[in-house]
Amino acid sequence: MITGRFFAAGADRRIAITIFILLAVAIVVPVLNLAVAPTSAFYIPSYIVALTGKYLCYALLALALDLVWGYCGILSLGHSAFFALGGYAMGMYLMRQIGSRGVYGNPILPDFMVFLNYKELPWFWTGFDHFWFAAIMVLAVPGLLAFIFGWFAFRSRVTGVYLSIITQAMTYALLLAFFRNDMGFGGNNGLTDFKDILGFNVQADATRSALFAASAVMLAFAVFVTWAIVGSKYGKLLMAVRDAESRTRFLGWRAENVKLFAFTVSAVMAGIAGALYVPQVGIINPGEFEPSNSIEVVIWAAVGGRGTIVGPIIGALLVNAGKSWFTGVLPELWLFALGGLFVAVTLLLPKGIIGMWDSWRGNAKALRAASVAEEAGTKVGVAEATSEPTRSPARNPGEWSWSATKPQAAE
Amino acid sequence: MSKSNTILYLDGVSVSFDGFRAINSLSLVLDKGEMRAIIGPNGAGKTTMMDIVTGKTRPDEGEVFFDGEIDLTRHDEAEIAMMGIGRKFQKPTVFESHTIEENLMLALKGPRSIFPALFHRRSVAEARQIDDILGIIRLGSRRYDLAANLSHGQKQWLEIGMLLAQDPKLLLVDEPVAGMTDAETEETARLLKDIARDHSVIVVEHDMHFVRELGVKVTCLHEGSVLSEGTLDFVSADERVVEVYLGR
Repeated sequence: MITGRFFAAGADRRIAITIFILLAVAIVVPVLNLAVAPTSAFYIPSYIVALTGKYLCYALLALALDLVWGYCGILSLGHSAFFALGGYAMGMYLMRQIGSRGVYGNPILPDFMVFLNYKELPWFWTGFDHFWFAAIMVLAVPGLLAFIFGWFAFRSRVTGVYLSIITQAMTYALLLAFFRNDMGFGGNNGLTDFKDILGFNVQADATRSALFAASAVMLAFAVFVTWAIVGSKYGKLLMAVRDAESRTRFLGWRAENVKLFAFTVSAVMAGIAGALYVPQVGIINPGEFEPSNSIEVVIWAAVGGRGTIVGPIIGALLVNAGKSWFTGVLPELWLFALGGLFVAVTLLLPKGIIGMWDSWRGNAKALRAASVAEEAGTKVGVAEATSEPTRSPARNPGEWSWSATKPQAAE
Repeated sequence: MSKSNTILYLDGVSVSFDGFRAINSLSLVLDKGEMRAIIGPNGAGKTTMMDIVTGKTRPDEGEVFFDGEIDLTRHDEAEIAMMGIGRKFQKPTVFESHTIEENLMLALKGPRSIFPALFHRRSVAEARQIDDILGIIRLGSRRYDLAANLSHGQKQWLEIGMLLAQDPKLLLVDEPVAGMTDAETEETARLLKDIARDHSVIVVEHDMHFVRELGVKVTCLHEGSVLSEGTLDFVSADERVVEVYLGR
């Protein structure tokens, strides 16, 4: 039924194009990396594959954040916690795959446990030698944390800046916890030295290409799911809660449940992004819980255009490409550039790149319509034509503001 | 006083905020099918009274009963809305980034949980209900426009339309004609009288001309309790009412 809507005439073309590009990239990039001779002009070096694969994971994380921030006004400053938890679940699987090839050669215990004098595997590591178990945990752990956290926060009607602060506190608390050696997650060093994933060498070009393709396909799938959610009646409700929460309550909707569902789905998406990220970068450590990471995700979404599906993806890709370039050229200035970018986007592009593109397109169309109308001898007001709805799904995501959305009318 | 046959029954209700008594042993009874106009100067407690009835504010003391038997102080906003009390805010509050049709769709009576909404498909019956409401609120031609592009008066109507879509037993309408032209005001009075034929309605309004047009029993609130009650002529002849409106 949802697929029917997707292929129906008038379906959002931008979404279809995005999904098509991602699927095409998932095929073309591995082919150009593996099947083309390194001397060819079309050859894509392995490090580019690994780098862009990482960016795709970031894009998935930004999309996850946008589902709650752009569409529901929940400014989560702790989304990298869900990302890192998904990453840790995958990392634990990869640690178990090392087996006796570790430095200490212990067939059961990962190196750091031998080093820290663990006698046996902690109970929460059981099952992680199976990929299917780790895959379930990648979804379940972030999802469950988001559900419990959201259940309390939304029921107590914590909103706006207060909610942002407690999400930040959540990720910081996890950061401190994972730094501890006796947590059983490798402490400061985290999990690294991975060898195999599903029996394939994680360092091999073919495996890297496969992980890249998996990231692209997963992102395409997430775009589709987000689009389906946002376009459903529930999606309309999500935006309604963003714009006028009390109105939804007095219509009989439970705004807290509306938010909780989106928050949980978003956390699961972030967890998947983390799980795809870890084998590609080869390490997961508590640094991923760093509050500043979560804030960076917010910047990606804001730069691309919050309240749109394609925006956060573009934002994540552009900002990270910029970061890679900038930290190579002027490493000490990167943080200033990032901060400046955030300020500039807030002031100049409140709807991000996508919003600017839409209004530019809208104006161009209006001007063309006006000139055509003039030639035909009839008059059409330009203002009239500009008000034609743009194609971005959240047509008017409201003023850009640090605290959620427009002030809520309460009486 | 008997609660049976009342749609709304408030007895000895008080609530204070930081020591300020917004509602002071207020008693008010609305019969089934009745329309009532509530007037009163600023700060008389009109909006607070609505907050209490709709579950937004919990009273410190007193009884609040809906439909003769439901104790409203035990329920929250969403539950009370589902039982059949609809509320229009003082400032028109609609979903600005949605079209008129989507606004009504979200208000239509039906299941209110997440998964039905996620897999919801529009039915012919729903489309017809929306058609009917659009006709009543005269926004048929604006169906696919964004609510943000409506005029102030049209937003008021859309919000009333959303109340109708909810199909409540009791409507609480806070200042429905604020910011409307004379013609729109007359139109709104006609609309509310129509609605009152098969609903119980409470209208809070400052506009005396509009209240006269409604031609219903009037309750004047002052400092959180009932000052005077009766026909508009009776209430406006009441010396105490004149005094609070004109100042001492």
